[in-house]
Amino acid sequence: MPVNYYIFLSVALFCIGVVGVLTRRNAIIIFMCVELMLNAANLLLVAFSKMHNLALGLNFPKLASEAQVFVFFIMVVAAAEVSVGLAIIVMIYRNTHSVDVNFLNRLKN
Amino acid sequence: MNNVLQIVWLIPFLPLIGFLINGLGRKNLSKSLSGIIGSGVILGSFILSIWVFLQVKNGNTHLAHYYDFINTGSLKIGFDFQIDQLSSLFLLIITGVGFLIHVYSTSYMHEEESKDFAKYFSYLNLFVFSMLLLVMGGNYIIMFIGWEGVGLCSYLLIGFWFKNNNYNDAAKKAFIMNRIGDLGFLLAVFWLLNKLGTADYHTVFKNAAQLGLFDVTGITLLLFVGATGKSAQIPLYTWLPDAMAGPTPVSALIHAATMVTAGIYMIARSNILFTMAPVTQTVVAVVGLATAILAATIALRQNDIKKVLAYSTVSQLGYMFLGLGVGAYTGAVFHVMTHAFFKALLFLGAGSVIHAMGGEQDMRNMGGLKKYMSITHITFLLGCLAIAGMPPFSGFFSKDEILAEAFKQNPLYWGIGVAGALMTAFYMFRLYAMTFLGKFRGTHEQEHHLHESPAAITFPLIALAILAVVGGWIGVPEVFMHGGHRLEAFLEPIFANSNELAKENNSHEPLTHLKEIMLMAISVVGALAALLFAWNKFSKYEKTDKEETGVGKILANKWYVDELYDAVIVKPFQSIAAFFNNIIERKGIDGMVNGVGKAVNYGSRQIRLLQSGQVGTYVLLMVVGILVLFIIQLFL
Repeated sequence: MPVNYYIFLSVALFCIGVVGVLTRRNAIIIFMCVELMLNAANLLLVAFSKMHNLALGLNFPKLASEAQVFVFFIMVVAAAEVSVGLAIIVMIYRNTHSVDVNFLNRLKN
Repeated sequence: MNNVLQIVWLIPFLPLIGFLINGLGRKNLSKSLSGIIGSGVILGSFILSIWVFLQVKNGNTHLAHYYDFINTGSLKIGFDFQIDQLSSLFLLIITGVGFLIHVYSTSYMHEEESKDFAKYFSYLNLFVFSMLLLVMGGNYIIMFIGWEGVGLCSYLLIGFWFKNNNYNDAAKKAFIMNRIGDLGFLLAVFWLLNKLGTADYHTVFKNAAQLGLFDVTGITLLLFVGATGKSAQIPLYTWLPDAMAGPTPVSALIHAATMVTAGIYMIARSNILFTMAPVTQTVVAVVGLATAILAATIALRQNDIKKVLAYSTVSQLGYMFLGLGVGAYTGAVFHVMTHAFFKALLFLGAGSVIHAMGGEQDMRNMGGLKKYMSITHITFLLGCLAIAGMPPFSGFFSKDEILAEAFKQNPLYWGIGVAGALMTAFYMFRLYAMTFLGKFRGTHEQEHHLHESPAAITFPLIALAILAVVGGWIGVPEVFMHGGHRLEAFLEPIFANSNELAKENNSHEPLTHLKEIMLMAISVVGALAALLFAWNKFSKYEKTDKEETGVGKILANKWYVDELYDAVIVKPFQSIAAFFNNIIERKGIDGMVNGVGKAVNYGSRQIRLLQSGQVGTYVLLMVVGILVLFIIQLFL
């Protein structure tokens, strides 16, 4: 399969994520959209890794799979982020009874 | 020959030591100690000067090179001392008269606090040091150091009583006027350096023939500008009368006997350059003559005893410049010498009078001091006779030598010069008669207080009086005594080249002896008549409240020259300064600086609005930013 398809898919996912972050006000949904963007990046990493391997005529999984190792790093970071982020959101909900990000401007002034 | 070189540096060095001791230790030294140090170092210099003078008289002239003062590229300026006939003569005048004035000051300034007393002596010593440097310097640069030094000391001493603001103004005026002249001097030196690559006297004078007429005229005119500043000639003379704000001994030392003669010395030193530039010589002669006559007219109607003497100084300096202008260099130097004697005497005498009068300087409140202060009276009378040009007092010989030379050049010079001499006799005897004759016009308290001054004041007066009487006898003209002009013979090596050049250029008939005697007789008889007229008129002077009118008012107001300068130069300068202050400085530069501040302030207030606290906005801006970067990256 040409690498273009992967690129288009991941761009589409990323854009959905961006638009979601920009337009939605619910913190949980924004969170999910951020995850979506991260995963779009993951998808690209994997796709380019495969492409390079094929181009160099190498057999998977013996060599040159660093990019795919990166994906795991990102997943770990995302998981850590989710755990912290969700904890924050829970605390916000306890304090304001809402998860609407537009209310989170109390530090202004 | 070498022992001269080993010792000669001590002459300026001793006053410098005195300056340092008195200046640094002024809080700890007692009055008598600082007086002894201050006078002692000058006495030391004087003794050394006599020794050097005798060496020079035996034909030992030297150029002492100590070290390279400036040494860059092709320019080499040595720290040199020139020991020859001219400088050794000036050394004697400066240290000799200077010593007497130091002694006088120990008594005159006795009422000052000991701190100020020591400060005064340190300034005086610094002044003598600068003046010696000026005279001894072997090139124009060293001369310029001394030239600036005396200007500075003059400023410090005029403003010595700095708590009086008028005195400060007088000091500033003197300094600024001097600076204007100094600029001319400096430009002349640069011109010389540019053309000849050196400022050493002997090289410059040796190579003077290489200079074109234009160059030499320009250089000498600029040097003359320097001389007008220092020696108080038109148009820069107005500082000298105001300089009388300083203590009287200072007026005697700086503003009569030594510093103001620096210009004369400089021109006499550069005589060959001036002889090569006939245009400059004419300018020098005309300016000198104009100054002599203008100052003499002003002196006729002044009532401040020191002001009269100040204007007479300006007038006498004018005669010296006349002498320089007509090529009578010896005559000018001779007059410097005799003038130093009698003018120092007159100033010190005036100081003695002021001292006795408890600070009163207005002659209208004096009178009849003859019977209270006999020594001051006698010495002052001798000084007046000397300045009036009565034979056989010293002023007669020097002044008539200049006038005789002027007659050779142009009888008109002589005529105007004699008119000035008559006025000199008149105003000096007006001064004498108003001060010492008639009856006392001051308050009873002052009359009770009148007394002869102590020995420290009368001793210099007597010494100077003797010099003022006999000082002229070293220059008896050929008419009276063959070989009588010993000064001319002594100075001959200095002016030899100029005299030769002058002889080639103009073929003036030498005066016949009969004619010369006639000229002398005219000026002496005229001066005598003016003298007796003044004596008669002012010995019966009564105080009146009558306002001066007509010409007298103009003269009393000094021809309104100060007012003219004020209107033509000072006021426009002040308005330009006000313009720069109010418009350029306040609106322009301050506006720019404040504008930057205000713009930053305003801009940041506007940009602050972006920080809304809305997370969504931030993210949107971030995305927009990233997109912009993408677009730049991809398409541009």
